[in-house]
Amino acid sequence: MEKVTAGQVDTRMPSIPLSTKQKRAQAQSASSIKWKRNLTGYVFILPWLIGFVGLTAGPLVFSLFASFTDYNITSKMNFIGLENYKRMFTLDDMFWTALWNTLYYVIFSVPLTTAGAIMIAVLLNQKVIGMKVFRTIYYLPSILSGVAVYFLWMQMLSPSTGLVNQFLHLVGIEGPSWLFDPHWTKPALILMKMWSVGGGMLLYLGRMQGISPSLYEAADLDGASGPQKFFHITLPMITPIIFFDIITSTIGSFQIFQEAYVMTQNGQGGPGNSLLFYNLHMWNNAFKSFDMGYASAMAWFLFIIIMVLTFINLKAGKKWVYYDGGDDK
Amino acid sequence: MIGAGVRRSVQYKKQNVKKSLVFLILFLGSIVLLIPLWWMISTSLKSPEEIMQYPPAFFPKGFHFSNYIEAWKTGDFTRWSLNTLLIAVVNTIGNVFVNAFIAYGFAQVRFKGRNALFVLVLSTMLIPGFVTMVPQYVLFSKLGWVNTYLPLIVPAFLGSAFNIFLIRQFMMTIPKDIIEAATIDGASHFRIWWSIAMPLVKPALITVAIFSFTGAWNDLLGPLLYLSDEKLYTLQLGLQTFKGSVQTQWNYLMAMSVMVLIPTLLIFFLFQQYFIKGSNISAGMKE
Repeated sequence: MEKVTAGQVDTRMPSIPLSTKQKRAQAQSASSIKWKRNLTGYVFILPWLIGFVGLTAGPLVFSLFASFTDYNITSKMNFIGLENYKRMFTLDDMFWTALWNTLYYVIFSVPLTTAGAIMIAVLLNQKVIGMKVFRTIYYLPSILSGVAVYFLWMQMLSPSTGLVNQFLHLVGIEGPSWLFDPHWTKPALILMKMWSVGGGMLLYLGRMQGISPSLYEAADLDGASGPQKFFHITLPMITPIIFFDIITSTIGSFQIFQEAYVMTQNGQGGPGNSLLFYNLHMWNNAFKSFDMGYASAMAWFLFIIIMVLTFINLKAGKKWVYYDGGDDK
Repeated sequence: MIGAGVRRSVQYKKQNVKKSLVFLILFLGSIVLLIPLWWMISTSLKSPEEIMQYPPAFFPKGFHFSNYIEAWKTGDFTRWSLNTLLIAVVNTIGNVFVNAFIAYGFAQVRFKGRNALFVLVLSTMLIPGFVTMVPQYVLFSKLGWVNTYLPLIVPAFLGSAFNIFLIRQFMMTIPKDIIEAATIDGASHFRIWWSIAMPLVKPALITVAIFSFTGAWNDLLGPLLYLSDEKLYTLQLGLQTFKGSVQTQWNYLMAMSVMVLIPTLLIFFLFQQYFIKGSNISAGMKE
């Protein structure tokens, strides 16, 4: 691809036979044009390069290094070998609590939100009255975020005056204390997450609308039922989106922090440490006790977990993701 | 002939039943999704006695709009709103122009290592933000930027992978002829970027602007980490500290929450199509 670009230069050259001198001049100007083009390209991406080195690559290297030290931002760094990692795996009980809480959240929230988004997308892909309004309503919660939304759900889930338990009471169920009961804190956050499932829905809907109607017509002629059409046409066609959704939402869910920070007393981790997520524990170590070496070790362990999971996802994806290469180029 | 007609009408009826069922499910689902929002507004208008009342009422008895004024007075919310607005606007400007600049380089300038670098851009999206947070904090504190807006603003001028990707997708569709014609006329790439490419990718720029603005408006993590002076607080940070001072006065908490969400809601209803465009582009990412 790169070599063909010289064609751009040729279009400007007259097609009269060239003398050796002219040829040399042309070669020279071609290489100087190439050089100039390279320079231009790098000027365009310069801001990103600076950001990549200063805010991503540099910090990654620094934190790897810091994870083998007792760095605490003020004093100098002393190399302590694998001490931080040893402490993490063998001495810090809270580390395992935090890891377990996070895994619990990921394991439930990722499949639930994925399945929920697909289900809603299937419904919103039908032709019924008011579809535009429905799409807006289902998408709306996903754009609302931040502290206000957490407050809203703290009130919704309030054991006595909250609306959720009020509703459960109406149908004869005694609702749990949600954010005050260690067994129900994580389901409470997952419930809140489900409210904004419409964000992912849009991706699936976009893909579904790209599926050629002729596929469904052919299935109709063969007398296929609704579920058959879903499992044999719709589902295979949306696997690339499922794949993409699972990778990004796994990474996102592993980083749950704000919800837990706001919905517990100043990030203490909630009742029985049931909302002490990985990042909350890391945050407390880094910015409350300024144990930055230890926090860096935690950060790198998280990084490795996510890399491994992404790698597995990418590998496994080759088995079940269907690329038709048809409708979108 | 008659048989076919009957069969068709049976099928038609079946279709109608199915459609009604879908409509019903969607309708009930909509109510479930909208109730929390209604509950927030309803609670924000209740009197202190009604808040404590059991069972809670779905509709407020009277409209206590004074809750909004009272809640606003419990903190320096006017200042915090202006702070947040400032950060959000500067972030938006940075994100739109810088990412468009970078995206043009990746889309329209052929330079050595372009494809490899673009893969690198995309792969940074897989790096969890928390991994680089500690060293970034160290960096910014060594620069003396803690307790200023710089850590919240400067990164917006150094490109972000998702936005670069989004704008690049649009810039790739600009016909080569247009760019070539401009080059022959003696226009530099910088000139072409500004006067040809930018106007052509306006929808993508609006999408990026919306996501940047709402993202900065709703960000708690950055302000929580870098701002300790109450005068510098953003709305999210103010709201978070506000929780402690009013305890379970849900009418005040909800009134403040409603006010903080209003800008996002307004932007959503004004620019709905661009939200949808942004999501659809990210669906194209797996290609």
